[in-house]
Amino acid sequence: MTGVSGLTKRFGTNTVLDNIDLEIEDGERVVIIGPSGTGKSTLLRAINFLDHPDAGTITVGDLSVDAARASRRNILALRRRTAFVFQNYALFANKTARENITEALVTVQKRSRADAEARADEVLRETGLLDKADSYPAALSGGQQQRVGIGRAMALDADLMLFDEPTSALDPEWVGEVLDLMRRVAEQRQTMLIVTHEMQFAREIADRIVFMDGGRIVEQGPPSQIFDAPHDKRTRDFLRRVG
Amino acid sequence: MQPLDIDYMLGLVPVLLGYVPLTLGMALASMAFALVLAALLAVERVVRVPVLDQAVMLFISFFRGTPLLVQLFLFYYGLPQLMSFLTQINGVTAAIMGLTLHFAAYMAESIRAAIIGVDRNQWEASMAVGMTRAQMLRRIVLPQASRVAAPTLVNYFIDMIKSTSLAFTLGVTELMGATQKEAAGSFLYFESFIVVAVIYWIIVEVLSYGQRLLESRMEEAYAR
Ligand SMILES: Nc1ncnc2c1ncn2[C@@H]1O[C@H](COP(=O)(O)OP(=O)(O)OP(=O)(O)O)[C@@H](O)[C@H]1O
Ligand SMILES: [Mg+2]
Repeated sequence: MTGVSGLTKRFGTNTVLDNIDLEIEDGERVVIIGPSGTGKSTLLRAINFLDHPDAGTITVGDLSVDAARASRRNILALRRRTAFVFQNYALFANKTARENITEALVTVQKRSRADAEARADEVLRETGLLDKADSYPAALSGGQQQRVGIGRAMALDADLMLFDEPTSALDPEWVGEVLDLMRRVAEQRQTMLIVTHEMQFAREIADRIVFMDGGRIVEQGPPSQIFDAPHDKRTRDFLRRVG
Repeated sequence: MQPLDIDYMLGLVPVLLGYVPLTLGMALASMAFALVLAALLAVERVVRVPVLDQAVMLFISFFRGTPLLVQLFLFYYGLPQLMSFLTQINGVTAAIMGLTLHFAAYMAESIRAAIIGVDRNQWEASMAVGMTRAQMLRRIVLPQASRVAAPTLVNYFIDMIKSTSLAFTLGVTELMGATQKEAAGSFLYFESFIVVAVIYWIIVEVLSYGQRLLESRMEEAYAR
């Protein structure tokens, strides 16, 4: 079981997440859509405390953390059960592609270097980047960087993978290869929570679509329902706008 | 105007070169201590531990705000008075202490600026994979910051080498102190000091060359 309940986050007087409840089954792929500034990124970032939520409970696997009384240890434990894929890749600039993947395996998971490198090469092969293993991020295309970013997240074997608009910063020519990789991750029954503006991809990959607006979940359901027969006017308006 | 005593000058060179190791030794020791201290101070200034932060700011402000010579005298003459068990403090030790604290204060500010200059997404990615704050600083942030700060730190090292000459006021016979003695014996002040000036100059030029190499390597950093 994974999810959040009563999750609330304010920036000053601006309530960005308003008492959000969301449950995710193991192996489920949930895609969040919604207008800009609605709190989609903040929701993902609150789950691993990149943005410290003001209230609510976050559950990942067998770990539940109450935001109001989360200790540094709780937060680390939560982060170690999740993996995050950033819109701007956020690869470690001082590490090669392979080192980007081994870094957390060695420093955080305390695996041996040989073990970590074996895992990194496995992931690099899956992402089709084994020949770029020794390249630094600055020498990779946007698409390659994001594939390393996804590889870094895959290698962690996290209970929950969070994707914040992983293709939004990419030139159109690289979007396809990144979405392909995400499809492959999905095939492994990885629990995924994805924010994206790629509606076609969302319809195809999601078990469930969550539509957010104004810091709240407006409606959710299987892709066919949300895309073809949305109940709420806000959902209909949004879908009409994004085409 | 008298002609320069070239023979005296040539004879002085090997004598003075014998003191280069002490001068460079003091500079290297001070630099090593100052780097460690500056990194700690810089990290504190970024992380901002309550109370400690005020102390660090005061420390930096004092050692940047007062002349190095005053600081050296404070350590050499003042400290033994303050702490009676230190009946006397060795001039080299006092010089290294003074240089360390003085330059650490300056270097802390440039390391702090370099740390702050590291892209926010590097911090976030480190946190997201579950690193502790210490791991994040040691593995990701400081290595990137040190690349940015390196040329500036070499500048401070150059400055530090020249500043070791102040140790002669504490009775240390280093490069400057030795020159002073030779000049007082021969009365050839111009010749003596021009020779020592050229020796300092050459040391600094060699370092500046190294600095340029470093900078060009930095430009291609992480670009492979
Ligand atoms: N660090 C912050 N400080 C203050 N306000 C913030 C901060 N981060 C986000 N916000 C505000 O929170 C709201 C939600 O932002 P968020 O980035 O979560 O939206 P989003 O749904 O991801 O939008 P987009 O589709 O544009 O990425 C916005 O009004 C934003 O201005
Ligand atoms: Mg966003």
